[in-house]
Amino acid sequence: MRLLEFESKAILKKYQISTPRGRVFTSPQELSIDSPVVLKAQIPIGGRGKKGGVLEASTTEDARTKMEQLFSRNLGGYRPKKILVEERVDVAQEFFMGIVYDALAKAPVVIFSRDGGVDIEELVLRKPEKVSRGRFSVRSGLHQYRAREIVSDTGISGKQLLGISAILSRLANIFLDFDATLAEINPLVLTGDGQFMALDCHLEIDDDALVRHKDLMEIEKDMDRVESERSMTEFERKAAEIDALDHRGVAGRVIEFNGSLGLIIGGGGASLTAFDAVKAHGGKPANYCEIGGNPSVLKVKELTKLIVSRPNVKKIAVIMNVVSNTRVDLMARGVVKGILEAGKVPAETVAIFRVPGAWEEEGFKILSKYGVPYCDRSVSIDEAARMAVENSSI
Amino acid sequence: MAILADQNTRVIVQGITGREATSFTKDMLGYGTKVVAGVTPGKLGQNVHGVPVYDTVQQALREHPAEASVISVPPPLVKEAALEALDNGIRLIVVVTERVPRRDTIEFLEVAQEKDVRVIGPNTLGLISPHKVKLGMAGGPVEDVKKAYMPGPVGIASRSGGMTTEIANLLTINGIGQSTCVAVGGDPIVGANFLDLIPLFEKDPETRAVVLFCEPGGVVEERLAEFVTAEKISTPIVAFIAGRFVDDIPGVRFGHAATIVEGDTGTTKRKIAMFREAGIRVAESFSDIVSALREYIGVQE
Repeated sequence: MRLLEFESKAILKKYQISTPRGRVFTSPQELSIDSPVVLKAQIPIGGRGKKGGVLEASTTEDARTKMEQLFSRNLGGYRPKKILVEERVDVAQEFFMGIVYDALAKAPVVIFSRDGGVDIEELVLRKPEKVSRGRFSVRSGLHQYRAREIVSDTGISGKQLLGISAILSRLANIFLDFDATLAEINPLVLTGDGQFMALDCHLEIDDDALVRHKDLMEIEKDMDRVESERSMTEFERKAAEIDALDHRGVAGRVIEFNGSLGLIIGGGGASLTAFDAVKAHGGKPANYCEIGGNPSVLKVKELTKLIVSRPNVKKIAVIMNVVSNTRVDLMARGVVKGILEAGKVPAETVAIFRVPGAWEEEGFKILSKYGVPYCDRSVSIDEAARMAVENSSI
Repeated sequence: MAILADQNTRVIVQGITGREATSFTKDMLGYGTKVVAGVTPGKLGQNVHGVPVYDTVQQALREHPAEASVISVPPPLVKEAALEALDNGIRLIVVVTERVPRRDTIEFLEVAQEKDVRVIGPNTLGLISPHKVKLGMAGGPVEDVKKAYMPGPVGIASRSGGMTTEIANLLTINGIGQSTCVAVGGDPIVGANFLDLIPLFEKDPETRAVVLFCEPGGVVEERLAEFVTAEKISTPIVAFIAGRFVDDIPGVRFGHAATIVEGDTGTTKRKIAMFREAGIRVAESFSDIVSALREYIGVQE
């Protein structure tokens, strides 16, 4: 879960990290200013400035007009529902600080740069001497002295060193306390009057840890937070409803494509493999999906019905890895039932059924009865995909 | 030989009275794994398929020494369970549970690293050394494991649990046996990733080639390519990289939590290019894994 800027900044303030004076607005009516401001669209993606999501204004009238503009803009697939209006800060210097987990070291790592407001990956390549990094332990946190070591590695000393490293160790506390997977202040600025301030902040919270942060969970449920234009298609929405019918297994993660071959594929790795294989053999998938964890016949049936009922879908391919938990017979029954309920003929609708494994004899019996073309484990996923493409082009 | 565990490895199951654990304990026993004890706090005196249950790991180990533990407890309890195993001298931990908070994973991995203990998972189906040992749910019931796996010279490490069995099955059908097959786990951070496992396969005299099942996302494959070159790894590696279509759809999660592509990072294109540069054979199609392997290990009789 990505927190919006103002949500992240509320956390920074709790940890005594200063941010510009500001307020969140949901409409321009109440807005009135007496000094220059920055208006920032609250959307959960980076690169807002380049997308036109950050505007400046000096008069109330101008600020209101620009806020209207922001509310009506599509910014990288999002429409903001909240605008953060902040005082314009006199910036003397900019820095970058970020914390993420390093999957190879299996530890949190700090990245600090004495150039801020830039693309950090690019900076690492161009001016590596301005960037330093250091790992720390989740058990002891980032010690003050470690923070000073990391900051001083970039050549910063004196009062700046103390100010910045204090902020860095507080950011590390936030990272750990809030179960963040990413905590970034970019830029951290030194103002004209010698104060350090977080101009922008990005916190990413571990979805698997949200259960221990009830307040953040509430935020996520808030429908008025942001409007996504990348919202699900009607087909994807219906598929998600089907997956929620019961808690037995997964028959979901459906993503719509515009081909003619419907796919009922799984589990995670096999779905990726099967989708690639269908494309490699010249097939045009109508959708991606993932089946796993032994879903109920009901879910498989409903998903099948939904997919074969799409007007552009001519045939479907049912391909899974050798299953041990999911039962082949339940898959077969669900697929056949779904096709029948959609008013179609299983033998003509299934291009190939390749799900070997647990309860396969029972499954193959059902498929034979309905004349559905199937194959066993001696046919690889890749071969099955080729057969599906061939059978669906007849 | 096998890596990580073999027929002599003694195993405890933490959370053994849970529905899933009860079921895979039966399958492990059936496959010949030495499951010597189980632990569920408050359930001392019960037994699961003949395996005695204890309240604590310490109590279990006092009666039944063991080297490995399979952990299958609810996500919020995983960290404590792993620390308990580590504190009591367990040398190999397999964490089956999914949705473990990342900070918790890192915390017990830190301790494991200090104690030089191997951790597989979280979010793993486990591992199988054919005809020797099976830890966790990998492969399912005994009859299914026997159909898909057979002993031989090829190691498997896979980012997908289901595809671990699928690859073993492909090899078995083509008469190629396996040494040890490890599902590394679907989380972005796991105890033993490809970089940790390749050196073990390299040292294992029985393993003559390794198959990797890779997915988009993360940088493990990229770093592995550098590692193979730097350390002059001589064991031939055949990599299958699934999800090539995901390159065109950045920012979307397909399959496991670790598959998200961000910018150029984690794209299959980059992984493929770096593997090739390092001399790692990239299988063009899934079936191509077999022909690629044959170049390295010949045809087995």
